[in-house]
Amino acid sequence: MGRYSLAVTNASSPSAGSYAGARAPDRFWKVSSSGLSLAAYQWGQDDGRPVLLSHGGFDFARTMDTFAPLLADGGWRVIGWDHRGHGDSEHAALYNWDADIRDGVAVLDSITDQAVPIVGHSKGGALALTLATIRPDRVTALVNLDGLPSHRTVPDISDRERKRLMASELTARLDFRRRAHLSLRRPGTPQELALRRQKMNPRLSLEWLQYLVTVGARESEDGWRWKLDPSMRFGGFGPIRPEWSLARMPGIGVPMLAVLGVEQEAMGWGTLPEDVEPWLPPGAQLVPLQGVGHFAHIEQPDVVANLVLEFLS
Amino acid sequence: MTESTHPTVWLQHNKIQLALHQLKGDTKDQSSTPLLLLHGLGEPLQPPTPPWDQWSGPIWALDFTGHGASTVPRGGGYTAEALMGDVDVALAEIGPATILGRGLGAYVGLLTAGARPELTRGVILSDGSGLTGGGEGPQSSTWFLPGDADGRAPDPYALYELSNDVRPADYAVNFLHLLLAGSELEVPLVVAAKNRPPWLAAVAKDPAVITEPLEQAFGRYNPVP
Repeated sequence: MGRYSLAVTNASSPSAGSYAGARAPDRFWKVSSSGLSLAAYQWGQDDGRPVLLSHGGFDFARTMDTFAPLLADGGWRVIGWDHRGHGDSEHAALYNWDADIRDGVAVLDSITDQAVPIVGHSKGGALALTLATIRPDRVTALVNLDGLPSHRTVPDISDRERKRLMASELTARLDFRRRAHLSLRRPGTPQELALRRQKMNPRLSLEWLQYLVTVGARESEDGWRWKLDPSMRFGGFGPIRPEWSLARMPGIGVPMLAVLGVEQEAMGWGTLPEDVEPWLPPGAQLVPLQGVGHFAHIEQPDVVANLVLEFLS
Repeated sequence: MTESTHPTVWLQHNKIQLALHQLKGDTKDQSSTPLLLLHGLGEPLQPPTPPWDQWSGPIWALDFTGHGASTVPRGGGYTAEALMGDVDVALAEIGPATILGRGLGAYVGLLTAGARPELTRGVILSDGSGLTGGGEGPQSSTWFLPGDADGRAPDPYALYELSNDVRPADYAVNFLHLLLAGSELEVPLVVAAKNRPPWLAAVAKDPAVITEPLEQAFGRYNPVP
């Protein structure tokens, strides 16, 4: 059995909504990553130069519906995928960082065996960073959209308090795991789902979030639910420290563009230019965007796409 | 699937069906503390050998995700924290237990005991496969694709990922401190392992932790010696 299979279908969905500037992918196919089924997407034509696009945590590929077409219009064959457990990809039994990277390479393998540029937002940017260091043979350039970590930690809580928080978080996490096989995401009307998402994405318009519901949620008898695996929960858990990604950065051997949304918000990582400047590889470009938050490519798709197109040219 | 001659209880942990084997005792026996055996990385089910068969209560052995008769999931993604959930689901079934962990099972036993001190009647960390993990630093993200992931246990992804997972000493010690703060036992944890990778050396160094040979540790927690 091969690692991936191609089953090309039309990406258009009868229930997809509309949003100014949003464009559905031109192609949709399934990729098998060691048997796990992943949803892959292409914006642009088959004869374009491939670029791999990775979404952020708790997002999905179609959150790129305004940004990806701009890269496609610039001549690129933009390949995205839903991370395992996200969007239309299979809900996995297990999740970790290396598995996401293997999944990304499986998607890349499904269109080319060559090296390509990788563009990633948030968690997807950090993934791209890791991919470029452990599979440098597959990466020609790296674009990180507000996905650079920092050494900042939760400020000044006492050690005792930190332990108490950890204990209660562990208990809550394990209690949840005991019944995770029964859990479903909370149902609601499309409007309710959009409003809930706006709490985590306060800088994004309700109109955009309503559009996302039409491509990132599905309807069942008792209402709409986000497709995201209900066993996934917010909050880092485990020994991995985000700032470890910083240690990888100086070793990046390909051209790198890092875009930081300077406005701080809940989903952002609180990273400031001075946090990452000392760790940038030689020749890397760091572009802080004033007045823009964590979802820079959604808030300002033209600005970010122009930066990326210029960099990749 | 691995054939087992022992009665097996099937438990659901998210998308994984876990095999919990009863090696000794009556499932309805609530009178004495059960012993829960956690195997090392890649190990098949081991029948209890002396002195473990002298345990006065029931003896259970859990197959971790991807091991023994438990589900082998597709595409890997293993973490010790996911296996901690396996153990917690087993504790929910059998009630408060003494945990004897070998290798990987020792590390996961420590995490579980720290997260659920009220469900742990002593935890013994002993030598076995997968004790060391992937060290303390961020270098352990690596490339791996097994050529023979055919759904059989042990899952090659488990063998690889759980011998390369990061195990910082201060992270392990945090779980020890949670256990010490939450346990009513005078000695809630014993290090019986002779091999001491950094995470275990840090745990063993804590003044509240006893280090002693396996048989002695076993006798300490056996409800009727």
